[in-house]
Amino acid sequence: MSDVKNILLVGVGGQGIILASKILSTGLMNAGYDVKMSEVHGMAQRGGSVTTQVRFGEKVYSPIIGKGQADILVSFEKMETGKWIEYLNVKGKVVVNDYEILSAPILIGKEEYPRGIMEELKEKTDVTVFKAADIAKELGNIRTMNVVMVGALVKAIGLDNIDWEEVLRNTVKEKYIDINIKALRKGMEQVK
Amino acid sequence: MKKFLTGNEAVARGAYEAGVTFASAYPGTPSTEILENIGPYKEDIYAEWAPNEKVALEAAIGASIAGARALAAMKHVGVNVAADPLFTYAYTGVNGGLILVSADDPGMHSSQNEQDNRNYAKFAKVAMVEPSDSQEAKDFVKAALEISEKFDTPVLFRMTTRICHSKGIVEFGEREEVGIKEYEKNIPKYVAIPANGRVLHVKVEERLKKLEEFSNTTELNRIEWNDKKIGIISSGIAYQYAKEVFGDKASYLKLGFTFPLPMKKIKDFADQVKKLYVIEELEPYIEEQIRAAGIDCIGKEVIPRIGELNPDIIAKAILGEERETISFDESKLVSRPPTMCAGCPHRGFFYELSKKKNVMVTGDIGCYTLGSAEPLSAMDTCICMGASISAGHGAQKAFNKHGVDKRVVAVIGDSTFFHTGVTSLLDIAYNRSNTVTVILDNRITGMTGHQENPGTGYTLQGEKVPFIDIPSLCKSIGIENVKTINPLKLDEVSKALDETLASDEPSVIITRWPCVLKKPTPEDIEEFGNEKFVCEVLKGDCKGCRICTKTGCPAIEFDSNIKKAKINEDMCVGCEVCLQACPFDAIEKVGE
Repeated sequence: MSDVKNILLVGVGGQGIILASKILSTGLMNAGYDVKMSEVHGMAQRGGSVTTQVRFGEKVYSPIIGKGQADILVSFEKMETGKWIEYLNVKGKVVVNDYEILSAPILIGKEEYPRGIMEELKEKTDVTVFKAADIAKELGNIRTMNVVMVGALVKAIGLDNIDWEEVLRNTVKEKYIDINIKALRKGMEQVK
Repeated sequence: MKKFLTGNEAVARGAYEAGVTFASAYPGTPSTEILENIGPYKEDIYAEWAPNEKVALEAAIGASIAGARALAAMKHVGVNVAADPLFTYAYTGVNGGLILVSADDPGMHSSQNEQDNRNYAKFAKVAMVEPSDSQEAKDFVKAALEISEKFDTPVLFRMTTRICHSKGIVEFGEREEVGIKEYEKNIPKYVAIPANGRVLHVKVEERLKKLEEFSNTTELNRIEWNDKKIGIISSGIAYQYAKEVFGDKASYLKLGFTFPLPMKKIKDFADQVKKLYVIEELEPYIEEQIRAAGIDCIGKEVIPRIGELNPDIIAKAILGEERETISFDESKLVSRPPTMCAGCPHRGFFYELSKKKNVMVTGDIGCYTLGSAEPLSAMDTCICMGASISAGHGAQKAFNKHGVDKRVVAVIGDSTFFHTGVTSLLDIAYNRSNTVTVILDNRITGMTGHQENPGTGYTLQGEKVPFIDIPSLCKSIGIENVKTINPLKLDEVSKALDETLASDEPSVIITRWPCVLKKPTPEDIEEFGNEKFVCEVLKGDCKGCRICTKTGCPAIEFDSNIKKAKINEDMCVGCEVCLQACPFDAIEKVGE
C-alpha cells in the first residue's frame, strides 16, 4: 500500500520509547488516519533492545514494517541505529539521539563500543544527529528525552501540522505537561 | 467510541461487552495483559490470577457449568498444562459459554518453543476462532461465546504475539448483560466416567458435523473476490501480511473460524481461482486438511514453517520481490543481551552458586533463567515450569544410583514454585532425594511484569488476603531442613549452600528479597526497609582485578584505559553485592 507511511523507533528498555509511540499514534489517530502499532517487549526491561513500529495511512494491514520500508528511523541510542538501518527505505531519513548505553559485553570489558557508525551512515543516507539527553537535562528532566525525539520526528516527516501539544496535554500527567511541551518544541528545532 | 488497543486489551473489552462474569489466568507472555485489563471491570467481572493454567481453566469450567460466561487465558505452553481439563470439557460441553484464549508465540520472542496451538482444537475436538486484528479480537469474543452456547462446546480463541501486542483502532459496543443460566444437576453430561464418556464421544462427533455446517455459512469465514488468477486462504496475522503483499491483486478466503474448517467453502473458492496459496504461520494446519480433502494448493513448500512470518517473507517466496536496502556491516556492532537488573536479588545468589564446584543446577522459567547467561553461567537446564525441582530430583537419584559424585541444586522462583513446583517438591519429600531446592522468593511474579501471586498477599483485583508462607508449606509436606536467607548477603548464601550440599536429606533454601523493580507494599517496606544508597569505587584502592564485573551487574563498567572499575550512580541501588565481592575493599557505600 503506497500511501502508508512507516515509522520505526528503536532504542533500549527504559528510554520511554513505548510512551513516545503512544503519543505518536494518538496524534495520528486524532488526525483521522488508520494506524497500527507493533511493539516487542517482554525481556526489554532487563536491558535489551526495544523497537516499536508505527504505520499509518488510509488503510493499514500489517502492523510490522519490512526491510527497506521505513520512511523514518528514529534511534534513541547510537549503536541501535546500525542494527535497524536495513529496515530504512533507501530514500528515508534517520534521526539519532547522540547517546550511548553500554551493553553487557562492553561493561565487562570484553568488547568495545563501536566507533564511526554515524560517519558511515551519513555517507549513505539522510542523518540528523543531536543530543536529546542534554536538551532534556537542560529542561530539567532527562526523562523528557523521548518527547524531544518525538518533536524531531514529527518535524522530519512533515507531521508538524498535527496539534501535538494537545496530544501531550491528554497523555502525560498534569504536572509534566509544560516541560513536555517545551521538550517537543526543542525537538522540532533540531530538524531543519 | 473508538480506542487504540492491543489485541489483549481488545479481548478484555470483548469479555466485558459479551457479558463475561468470570475470568481466570496464569500470567505468561504474550497473554498477560488480557487479565490485567479485565481486572479493572471489577463491578461486572470477577477476575483472578490462578496458581497455574490447569487451575485457571478448571476454575473457568466450574463457572461455566454453574451457568456463567467464562474466560481462561494463557500462553501457548500454558495450554499444555491445561490440556487435561480441556480434553474432557470438550466431551461434556458447557452450560454458560466458555472460551480458552491461547496466545502463541511464533518466533519465540519470550518462550521456550513455538508450538502451533491450532492443533489443539483439532486434537481436543473443540471449535476455534482466530482474530486477525484488535477489532476482531474484541468482536470474536462475543461470537465465540455465542458459538460455545449454541453448539455446547468450549471454544479455543487462538491469538499470536503480533495480534496480542499490536495496536489497532477498535470501535466499542455496549455491555450485554446475559446473567447466569440456570444450573441443573445432569450426571450423564458432567460426570465423565467411562459409561458417560462413551455416549458423550458420539455427541462430540455429531457436534463437529454441525460445526462444519456452521463454518461453511458463518460470516467469520468470508471470501473477498478480486483478480482470480491468485487465490489465498489465510487466517490470523498471516491474512494481514498477505493483504499487505497482494492488496487487491488476489482473491482471499479469510478464515476467522478455523476448526472445523469450512471444506465446502474452501472447495468452491479453490474451483474458481487459477492458483491457490495457503498462507499460514508455523505448521501447515490448514494446508494438510485441504490436501486431505483432495484439493491441490501451494503452501509450506514456499512458506517457511519455522519462525515468525512477515510480509517480506511472503513477497520473496511467492513474487520473488525484495526491497532495496542500505548496506551496513553489522559485524562491528555489539550484542545487547538481556541482563538481571542492577540490584536484582538473584545476582548475589547466582554469583555464589557459580563458585560451587561439582554441582548441576536445574533451572526454571523466570527472570532467574538469566543466571545461565555470562558471566554467571550458573544453570545447566531449563525445561518447563516446575521442572527444576522434579528434573533435579531425577538427576540426583540417577547420580546417586550410579555412584556419580555430583550434587544437584534446583532453582525456582516464588510464582513458578506455586505454579507446579509444589507438586515437584512433594516428589522430593516423598521419595527422599538429597536435592537442594532453592526458592528465589522476590515477592512478586517478576518476568511477566509484576503480577500478584499466592505469596504476595494481594489479588488481581486488589483485595488484601492472607499470603501463603513458603517455609511453613515446605515443612508441612515433610522437608525438615528449611532455611530462609537474604540473597544480598554473600556469606549467608555461601554458608547455606555449603550446609545443604553436605546433607544427605532433602533441603530447601528460600532467598527472600523483593524484585528491585517492584513497587513496595506497606508490608515490604516494613520488612525490607526503603532506603536508597549507591556504591562507589575508591579509585585509589581499585587494583583492576575485574572481580566485581563477574557479578554481571549492568551498573558496573570496566574502564580499560585506566584499568579501573566504575559504578554508574544512576543505575546503582546500593545492593552491596559488588562491595562484598571486591577482595580489596575498594568499593564503599554512600548515602543518597
